[in-house]
Amino acid sequence: MRSAIHFASAALALAVLAFAAVPPVAADAPDPVADAKAFQKYFAQKFPKLKLQDFVNGPYSMNEDMHRQWEEKEQFPPYEFSLDMGKEMFSKPFKNGKSYADCFPNQGIGIRQNYPYFDEKEGKVVTLELALNRCRETNGEAPFSYVKDEMAALTAYMAFTSRGKPFDIKIPADPRALEAYQNGKRYFYTRRGQLNFSCATCHVQSPGERIRAEVLAPALGILNAMPIYRSEWSGMGTISRRFATCNSQIRGVPLNPQDDEYRDLEYYLSYVSNGLPISGPGARP
Amino acid sequence: MASTIRVRATSSGETTEVQALIQHPMDSGYVKDARGELIPPHFIQQLTFEYDGKSVFVADWGPAVSKDPYVKFSFKGGKKGDDLKIGWIDNKGASDTTTAKIQ
Repeated sequence: MRSAIHFASAALALAVLAFAAVPPVAADAPDPVADAKAFQKYFAQKFPKLKLQDFVNGPYSMNEDMHRQWEEKEQFPPYEFSLDMGKEMFSKPFKNGKSYADCFPNQGIGIRQNYPYFDEKEGKVVTLELALNRCRETNGEAPFSYVKDEMAALTAYMAFTSRGKPFDIKIPADPRALEAYQNGKRYFYTRRGQLNFSCATCHVQSPGERIRAEVLAPALGILNAMPIYRSEWSGMGTISRRFATCNSQIRGVPLNPQDDEYRDLEYYLSYVSNGLPISGPGARP
Repeated sequence: MASTIRVRATSSGETTEVQALIQHPMDSGYVKDARGELIPPHFIQQLTFEYDGKSVFVADWGPAVSKDPYVKFSFKGGKKGDDLKIGWIDNKGASDTTTAKIQ
């Protein structure tokens, strides 16, 4: 009996060693700063050849072959049409004469790295996609679908004007902000769906591995490249689309775009990528 | 409406390398929409690149080519500053043309 316990504790110690670099799932007191540090350190150790800013290129940094493909692709990126459409839409005024620029700080240029932010008045996380649709609604325009086309074009343009700026997500001294962060973190590490996968199963444990024909992207920097043109979709997709597709691919039931959980998840995932440059819009296989 | 064709042609002296991206749905006619109805075929049938009055690249395309197709090829000749004419015609008779300067 005693030897069994010894054996078990030895196995446990080994397991703890093996996962020592994984960010702790349930720390007693939430500490986002330490989380982000541990998160980035984990990926840096897993991929010692990569620089931190390489992670924003997702699967294209994981594999030399794909990296060459990507370099070629970036010369003539498939998101160009969407980017042009976004630029045109962004500068075109609404029926009431106002425009998107009036809804955002700095006329909406070069601000992608500050989204999502925690709105202390509302007590919730506000994402860029949400802010764009709210901007439309306050100006008497119908909101866009959150997943593709117009929304992707607009966010593509806004990301493009912010390229190279490091993610700068802040958690204000408001207990609700910390709670939103914790909710997002919990969502990220909770297993769900018929396949019983969490977001972390693919994007923390197995980036660089293949899942069928695809190479999994690391969670670090995954939102920096949004929105993306995915060859698999033959089109553009937003963060909302990415989250919903992930959930249905693990045979779970996706939430509605911009539900509180997704907003919190985006908050968490963006926060732990703080310091990595915006690289959107991106192209993915 | 901006052009549906994006072209970049660069001359390296002896040859000219051409890259083009075309915006087109390229519906094969075998795909159903959300209501279960077939999306009618709509694809580019012919794509041509002309330089100095001569066709340097002609592609006869069918429904198997992907949406927003990308083409890359090179041809002998081509001088910096010269025009390259690009055009496509689809199965519904729609077409678009553009002219690009070789860089």
